[in-house]
Amino acid sequence: MTPLEVGAQAQGEASAEAPGSRRRPFVATLGRLLRHRLFLTGLCLFGIIVLAAAFAPIIAPEDPNRLAMRFKFLPPGAEYPFGTDNFGRSQWSRVIYGAQLSIAMGLAVVALNAVFGTLIGALAGYFRRLDDPIMRVNDALMAFPAILLAIGITAVLGPSTIDAVIALAIAYIPRTARIVRASVIVLREMEYVQAAIAAGAGHWRILRHHILPNAMAPLIVQLSFLFAYAVLSEATLSFLGLGAVPPTPTWGNIMAQGRQYMTEAPWIITIPGVALMITVLGLNLLGDGLRDVLDPRLRVQP
Amino acid sequence: MSLLKVEGLTTAFKTSRGEITAIEDVSFTLGEREILGIVGESGSGKSVTALTIMGLLPNPPARVASGEVRFDGKVLTRLSDTRMQKVRGSGIAMVFQEPMTSLNPVFTIGEQLMETLRAHERLSPRAQRERAVEILTRVGIPSAAQRLGDYPHQLSGGQRQRVMIAIALSCRPRLLIADEPTTALDVTIQAQILDLLMDLRDEFGMAIMIITHNMGVIAQTADRVLVMYAGRIVEEAPIEALFERPTHPYTRGLLECVPSLDQDRARLAAIPGTLPDPARRPRGCRYAPRCALRIEACTTAIPPLLGIEAEHAAACIRAIPA
Amino acid sequence: MTPLVDAVALEKHFASGEGALLARRAGRLRAVDGVSLRIAHGETLGLVGESGCGKSTLGRLLIRLTEPSAGAIFFEGEEITRLSTKALREKRRAMQIIFQDPYGALNPRMSVEDIIMEPLLIHGAKRDAPTRQKVSEMLDLVGLPKHARDRFPHEFSGGQRQRIGIARALVLRPKLVVCDEPVSALDVSVQAQIVNLLQDLQSELRLTYLFIAHDLSVVKHISNRVAVMYLGKLVEIAEKRELYRKPLHPYTQALIAAVPVAHPANRASARAGRVRLPGDVPSALHPPTGCRFHTRCPHAMAICRAEEPKIAEPVAGHHVACHLIGPS
Repeated sequence: MTPLEVGAQAQGEASAEAPGSRRRPFVATLGRLLRHRLFLTGLCLFGIIVLAAAFAPIIAPEDPNRLAMRFKFLPPGAEYPFGTDNFGRSQWSRVIYGAQLSIAMGLAVVALNAVFGTLIGALAGYFRRLDDPIMRVNDALMAFPAILLAIGITAVLGPSTIDAVIALAIAYIPRTARIVRASVIVLREMEYVQAAIAAGAGHWRILRHHILPNAMAPLIVQLSFLFAYAVLSEATLSFLGLGAVPPTPTWGNIMAQGRQYMTEAPWIITIPGVALMITVLGLNLLGDGLRDVLDPRLRVQP
Repeated sequence: MSLLKVEGLTTAFKTSRGEITAIEDVSFTLGEREILGIVGESGSGKSVTALTIMGLLPNPPARVASGEVRFDGKVLTRLSDTRMQKVRGSGIAMVFQEPMTSLNPVFTIGEQLMETLRAHERLSPRAQRERAVEILTRVGIPSAAQRLGDYPHQLSGGQRQRVMIAIALSCRPRLLIADEPTTALDVTIQAQILDLLMDLRDEFGMAIMIITHNMGVIAQTADRVLVMYAGRIVEEAPIEALFERPTHPYTRGLLECVPSLDQDRARLAAIPGTLPDPARRPRGCRYAPRCALRIEACTTAIPPLLGIEAEHAAACIRAIPA
Repeated sequence: MTPLVDAVALEKHFASGEGALLARRAGRLRAVDGVSLRIAHGETLGLVGESGCGKSTLGRLLIRLTEPSAGAIFFEGEEITRLSTKALREKRRAMQIIFQDPYGALNPRMSVEDIIMEPLLIHGAKRDAPTRQKVSEMLDLVGLPKHARDRFPHEFSGGQRQRIGIARALVLRPKLVVCDEPVSALDVSVQAQIVNLLQDLQSELRLTYLFIAHDLSVVKHISNRVAVMYLGKLVEIAEKRELYRKPLHPYTQALIAAVPVAHPANRASARAGRVRLPGDVPSALHPPTGCRFHTRCPHAMAICRAEEPKIAEPVAGHHVACHLIGPS
């Protein structure tokens, strides 16, 4: 044992859950998360955006698509907190409704990844025979840069919100599958899995009770980062005109539009940019916190 | 005069549940050419004792809360990092349990051995090489000259441990600390390594501190023994006295709970209970909750280490001096 | 009487890549190479050998946790090597395993009750009062308090976790239990508790043990007969007293001599009389020809390099594979 490990071990022994504390692992983990500063900061930043998106009709009563040419290019002020764009639309409403779309798309991509990434990763990791065929296809997909793959897919399917979600899901599922597969391969050899086999358990039971619950931690960490990538990629796609079709407001198309007026109305491009930054930063901090708390490789084992 | 003198050493670790003392009030001496065995189970503090002496514990979280370590007239616990570095290697060297992680996988064993040689002595590259071959041959690596270019993963566990011993020996330390040096090895290899350590003591005249959980390893090698439990020394004795007249109930328990090849027992004399959690050690004698001889007074104060006979002491109020 | 387990010429090969990625040579690692042995009802067969000798693989082969590459296993006279998945699942009730690592052997996300109950649920029990009662009885049997049932593995010490693992293995009332180094990872003062528990349970439940360990003293204490493996081969098997008193194979002799002395007074004599084995165990990927032990054997002869020794039985019940002991 190296000195550091001994130190860490002495520490770990001491900080292990005390015997007699009847806490379920889940509750203990939640407690550790809520004491983690990075996680809390991330949660606050991301929380602001989510709340804004959820209560959009209340905090931004003005229709984001209402044209008012006489009010175009108004700088941020009392009446229009974020100013207006080249059509005189309220930037405040557009950015907040854009948040709604970003969050919804992010969630959809994450959900598709959680389902299909887990399924593909678990199959490849658990059944040795499926591993090679599945992973070769997976590797081929991973060889494309995700955003290029997404651009290619939307080019075929045509620009729309749903198509962008599908494109991003296909682009990222191979990465998620790889992460799930890696943990499944480790868990497959655990002695408690061997014990379940020895007791006569079937594949389904082993996957459901012994492998998947223990593979969740790295997956959740991955999904929180993926959320950030998805929001960012969605903005990129719609910036390039491959996402939701205008006039539907998205951060990406607002910025694309604002690019032309960068010098005379810089708020048009800046404000959605800042919103995007807050979202991605918040999610990354959240993910870092989750990784610190959930990922056993970085945590000192008691 | 003793080579190493440890007095009232207490090492504490900062943890999320407050500061915890890994070892408490540890005092002992080690003479020239002596082999001192420290025996204990997990959480006994045997490794922390060694690492504190070597100054290898990261601060924070670890700190020496009180006491001092005196080696060869110098107080190690007060040395600066750079001066401590000089002591490590040339004065005291250490061998760890896991020979795979103690060697750097990206350098050959020759490079690692010669690096230590260079750090402590001015030698021409040619002389370095010769010394390296000489030391590797001495620790029992066959055709050492050809093996200099090998990477750690090309060696077996036993050979890696030999290389670690070679690196430790390369600067002729006066004290070698071996922390569970054979625990990761098979029995036949363990026997080879223990024999090697004994031979090296005779040949180089260095003192050895051997840390283990295995009473057999102690019986095989040590001149004098410290028994540790939950961070404290509970018994100190010359080897014969420890096996003939074990005094602390824990020592007796340790000797009786392992089966031996020499005698048959229908049942093992198990020690009931489990080792205490370092953060919630019992009041009074730490062994009291598991002890068959426990009386009321055991749970009120920590018993001091009291002399029973010459060089033999035990920390137990139930121990009857001979 | 038919033995409980009768293994005939068992083999297990693993495909193995070695060396750098591009220069990979596919090798075949013969982890278990032609092992035949029998385990009688109610006995404890100790299985010793150094790391990599295949003892753990053999244990898993016998209960079909690992698929054999060749050979046959008979359990209570019935061949189980070719059972259908369904029939094998039913047979598994009778064959269980206890693992070495008390940390890796328990699912961290299941409560103790769920862990012990799982084998019952797999075999058709419902999550009801009688099943719960059975879990309580098991807890009691292995010496854990009742309130342990709602707790999670991380709340227990190594020794207690091992008790949970034992309860899980025994809840189906198996006949054969493979104990794979069940005490090696435990603290010395806790080892004896588990060894005693295993012995008590054996007499109470009439269990048959295959006790795998590298610690020769523990194996001697708990076993009736002891088998010794070296590089995938069984080299010697005999009644315990016979084996420790008169080991015939030079490897067994060296293994016993290498055990550290129990008392310092024996130090000098042990060192003088020891057969010191030179060198290390060769790689199982490229095992030596002939007798696999000849590279380290102090008595190696020409024939040892050329020819593999056959198993002889010089004394009734004492089998050994060594050219020094001719077939008698």
